[in-house]
Amino acid sequence: MSLEQFKNRNVGTQHYKMLDLGESPKTPWCRFKRVMKRTFKGELFVGLWVTMREMINALFRGEMHTVKYPFEKLPISPRYRAIHEMLRLLESGHYRCIGCGLCEKICISNCIAMETRYDENQRKEVSEYTINFGRCIFCGYCAEVCPELAIVHGPRYENASEQRASFALFEDMLTPIDKLNLQQEYPGFGAPTPYADENIKKTPLAY
Amino acid sequence: METTLAENLPQVTAAGVIIKAIIILAVISAIAGFGTYIERKVLAFMQRRLGPMHVGPYGLLQIAADGIKLFTKEDIIPQNANKLIFAIAPAITAATAFIALAAVPVFPDFTIPEWVPLLGGTFVPSIASDNNVGILFVLGMMAAGLYGPLLAGMAQANKWGIIGAARTAIQFLSYEVVTGLSILAPIMIVGSLSFVDFNNYQQGGIENWLIWKQPVAFVLFLIAGFAETNRTPFDLLEHEAEVVSGYATEYSGMRWGMFFIGEYANMITISVIAAIVFLGGYAAESMFGWLFIMLKIAFFFFLMLWVRAAWPHVRPDQLMWLCWKVLMPIAVINVLITAIVMMV
Repeated sequence: MSLEQFKNRNVGTQHYKMLDLGESPKTPWCRFKRVMKRTFKGELFVGLWVTMREMINALFRGEMHTVKYPFEKLPISPRYRAIHEMLRLLESGHYRCIGCGLCEKICISNCIAMETRYDENQRKEVSEYTINFGRCIFCGYCAEVCPELAIVHGPRYENASEQRASFALFEDMLTPIDKLNLQQEYPGFGAPTPYADENIKKTPLAY
Repeated sequence: METTLAENLPQVTAAGVIIKAIIILAVISAIAGFGTYIERKVLAFMQRRLGPMHVGPYGLLQIAADGIKLFTKEDIIPQNANKLIFAIAPAITAATAFIALAAVPVFPDFTIPEWVPLLGGTFVPSIASDNNVGILFVLGMMAAGLYGPLLAGMAQANKWGIIGAARTAIQFLSYEVVTGLSILAPIMIVGSLSFVDFNNYQQGGIENWLIWKQPVAFVLFLIAGFAETNRTPFDLLEHEAEVVSGYATEYSGMRWGMFFIGEYANMITISVIAAIVFLGGYAAESMFGWLFIMLKIAFFFFLMLWVRAAWPHVRPDQLMWLCWKVLMPIAVINVLITAIVMMV
């Protein structure tokens, strides 16, 4: 597709749909007739009826729109990108993070900081992990790049607090061990597709 | 018959009138305050919102919260304002609105029981000042209310205020003409300016109401009443989108609140006039007469809120066009036709 049509600013030749607004009255008699028509058409009473109908709907048919926010909350999309969560392995309860550092590397606002070391089993252990939520733009790259589905976005969008640090530590984001059975897989960015098992193929090793 | 009626009624004393004035002032102020709550609720329901909900049950104590806020706010008088006029202008609006109510019958008459100390046996009339030019007095007082916004706008050294004041002047003065002419036809039929005579003329059922004899005058009076109380199709005096807040731009706290109370008192006055002059008023012989007139007044009050929720407002030039080229000629023709019918 060329840029031609976007550069063409000639309004008259484009395909605008003209509304049929009728003729504007020319003679005083026509103007008088229009005033009379509008006066006795009863459109104003249609307006009155519409507001009354909405009032009846709201009061007696339970169609009130207001959500009393702190007491009621609307469901959010499962793909919503709010404060991060660190997930655990369901079997062992150990955190999933393998300390690969990809999230730290990909983070475009440089807000993830992690330190790792080898533990006694020569396994990578996360010793420090913080996300600076003052900088985070919630782009979701960290969740997308994570090979272990360890860092994901949670549904917690109310992030007002007295301390910025209240959110930022690894332990705060990690699923509490006693709530492991409630841990949800994240269906958003970076998560496996619903039919991932059927779509998986053997790696071609012929080359 | 009228003389016997007058003899049967107890003597109206100065104490009774003063008590009546205090009752009107207290109750109408409270209703005006409550009117803001009703207005917010009705507008909210019509837009499928809940309106004030958090102060008290169903937000009923919102008035108290608003009142506390208004009373305790700092009283700001801007630097270049004419301080005296700026200070008294809201009082003019509120005072004229309440003085207009002096000649309107609000609440039934009663006698204070004998056991009450000092005031026992005092007869409190239903009209504070039952003068024989009732309607003229009310319309004149409401017209004098023009000075409130006018002086306020001119005193505050603010361009929006000046524009608002100018709009007030043209709108109120123009629609005074329509109000007067539209109500002239019922006055000609009844042959009196007293509200009591209007009420008595329409006794004996709905078919005697003046709205059936004067439908055009009723519609004209409603339209002009909306304009005079600065309600929505004609709320150009303080339309935020155009003139910030018009004459009330520099006002805050209690002075602004007095404009508000005056406006709501005027809404009640217009509702009362419409209910008494066109919709039969209170049936003196019936026990539920006062209930019915309350319902009628409430209907007109609700109509003002309903219209505000439903209709857009007009441009200033359309307002003037409507007044001078449409409503005034119709009103004059209505008066003429009424006169011819009465002569024949």
